[in-house]
Amino acid sequence: MATLLRKSRALQLLGLMFPGGFWMVVFFLLPLLFIVVLSFLDNERLFTLEGYQRVFDPLYIGIFLQSIWISLLTTIISLLISFPVALFMARLPKGWRDIALFAVMIPFWTNFLVRTYALQFLMRNQGPINLLLQWIGLIDEPLSMLNTPAAVMVGLIYGNLPFMILPVYTSLEKFDWTLLEAAQDLGASAWPAFFRVMLPLTAPGLLSGSILTFVPAIGSYVTAELMGGGKATMIGRVIAGQFEQAQNWTFGSAMSLILMVIVTIFALIYFRLGRGERVAL
Amino acid sequence: MKSDFAIELVDVVKRFGTVAAVDHVSMQIRPREFFALLGPSGCGKTTCLRMIAGFEQPSSGQLLLQGKPLGDIPAFKRNVNTVFQSYALFPHMTVAQNVAFGLEMKGVGRDEIRRRVADALDLVRLPQMADRYPKQMSGGQQQRVALARALVNKPEVLLLDEPLGALDYKLRKEMQIELKQMQQQLGITFIFVTHDQEEALTMSDRICVMSTGHALQVGTPLEIYERPNCKFVADFIGETNFLPGVVTEISGEYATVNVADMSLVGRLGEGVTLGASAWLSVRPEKMQLVDEARANPSALNTNSVTIDSVAYVGSDTRVVVHLGGQRLDVWDENNISTLDPNFYFRAGERASLSFPADNALVLVK
Repeated sequence: MATLLRKSRALQLLGLMFPGGFWMVVFFLLPLLFIVVLSFLDNERLFTLEGYQRVFDPLYIGIFLQSIWISLLTTIISLLISFPVALFMARLPKGWRDIALFAVMIPFWTNFLVRTYALQFLMRNQGPINLLLQWIGLIDEPLSMLNTPAAVMVGLIYGNLPFMILPVYTSLEKFDWTLLEAAQDLGASAWPAFFRVMLPLTAPGLLSGSILTFVPAIGSYVTAELMGGGKATMIGRVIAGQFEQAQNWTFGSAMSLILMVIVTIFALIYFRLGRGERVAL
Repeated sequence: MKSDFAIELVDVVKRFGTVAAVDHVSMQIRPREFFALLGPSGCGKTTCLRMIAGFEQPSSGQLLLQGKPLGDIPAFKRNVNTVFQSYALFPHMTVAQNVAFGLEMKGVGRDEIRRRVADALDLVRLPQMADRYPKQMSGGQQQRVALARALVNKPEVLLLDEPLGALDYKLRKEMQIELKQMQQQLGITFIFVTHDQEEALTMSDRICVMSTGHALQVGTPLEIYERPNCKFVADFIGETNFLPGVVTEISGEYATVNVADMSLVGRLGEGVTLGASAWLSVRPEKMQLVDEARANPSALNTNSVTIDSVAYVGSDTRVVVHLGGQRLDVWDENNISTLDPNFYFRAGERASLSFPADNALVLVK
């Protein structure tokens, strides 16, 4: 056995792949297959397309579209927030840069659920934000900020920001700043220099950050539940509802798979965009 | 009013924190001149270049481009272009796109851009490389692209920041000649930053020698080499011997220095006063070694020396001699062809060393 292992390269590779492969098959592939099968079976375990037909109900299409819209907005706003932050970090002296990176990662040390509850507390009617705004006299009545799509978006942006900042920071840190000077030297003012030189060269980082933000956002459940107040703002919340309260696993599975298709489409767009950059770099 | 100068620096100071990188520097660069800023790293030469380009603002003083103050005109509005030390080519653009960038920013028409880019690539002899990316080219080719990208804008002044530093020796020599020809052909003022004295001497019309933020001397290569105005310039450019002594006599353009009980005469340098401590500076190739028997010991600047070591290097023989407790380098040109090993002096022998007063300089700083 031992000599066989030493001799056969194929067996060696198989051995190396086994732990990861086993994990993927048991905890990823099998459940996925299970979902696929479930989506075609009704309560009597008979073949049905009802789950998929229901997805095309305008109500659910609307929720899918709203989820995509909220996730896209979340991604764009995260990008707009992250770029200046990452730019600032990348321009810091070396020692301070590490401290800044550390600060970005600190929130990971606290449970995501707890952090979302904290955010909920901050934004509720008697929460600190409303109290502060009333105290300085900006508003008379408390703003009801929770249980809205906007609140869900705030939660999503807050939760996913580090996933945007880190890749953007990485690409900015690698950016050669003399290229900006070269652009200026050749007559480019700030914006053309940014759009023609800095943006294309940091695009790989912006794209990874965007996909890392968009994918968790569109599938989010906890944030949608806590910040959206159980309303059907995000598709993740609706899918969970089908599995739990409604006990309609057929429909829930069908929606899960449609969601996967949507995410895959966006991922493919990402890879296509990323490929153009890699040719030159 | 059209100025007599392409670029003028008037009492320019640039401080980074408390450190003055450029300390009260004034210089005037003439139109169509090949002007070198020469000095060791950290002397402020690159900072001067960056202030002209507009990447740095002077802390005080003024810069003028053709008589007009540059003030706080941003870099992108200055009609000067830079060839960066690292070339700073845009890696996501082809060679043609790189070269076209400056013209596009100025809103030049499509057809004219195409024509001028082609001309610029012809000029640097890379016409067939237009569609390559910088990564696919050698260092020398990238250097040419950087040059084309700057020159295509027809700048009033071209700034070159150690552009040949990354090239190997042979390529550097070729580019030196080519750059010089290009500059003469185009009639553009070149300001060239380098720490390589040989490069500066070969290429420049005039050189400014800088050290620790000061412009020490501005002059032609001939002036800088033959008449350095201070010890640093004499030492930095070429090789030289310094003999420390005291000034005992000044007469006309000459000064006498007492060096270890010998009276040596050289040309009077700036600020030399009677009784001051000074150095007699004399270059190794500007002295003669002769047999003691043939020498006239009473002649000016003629002294008996001991040969310490002799090294034959082909074009000349490099000798180290002892003169009154000082070691001196003497380079003797091998202008007689012989295979006789006993033809030349050998270590331990005595000889007579002499040099005309015009071949030495008396410097006090």
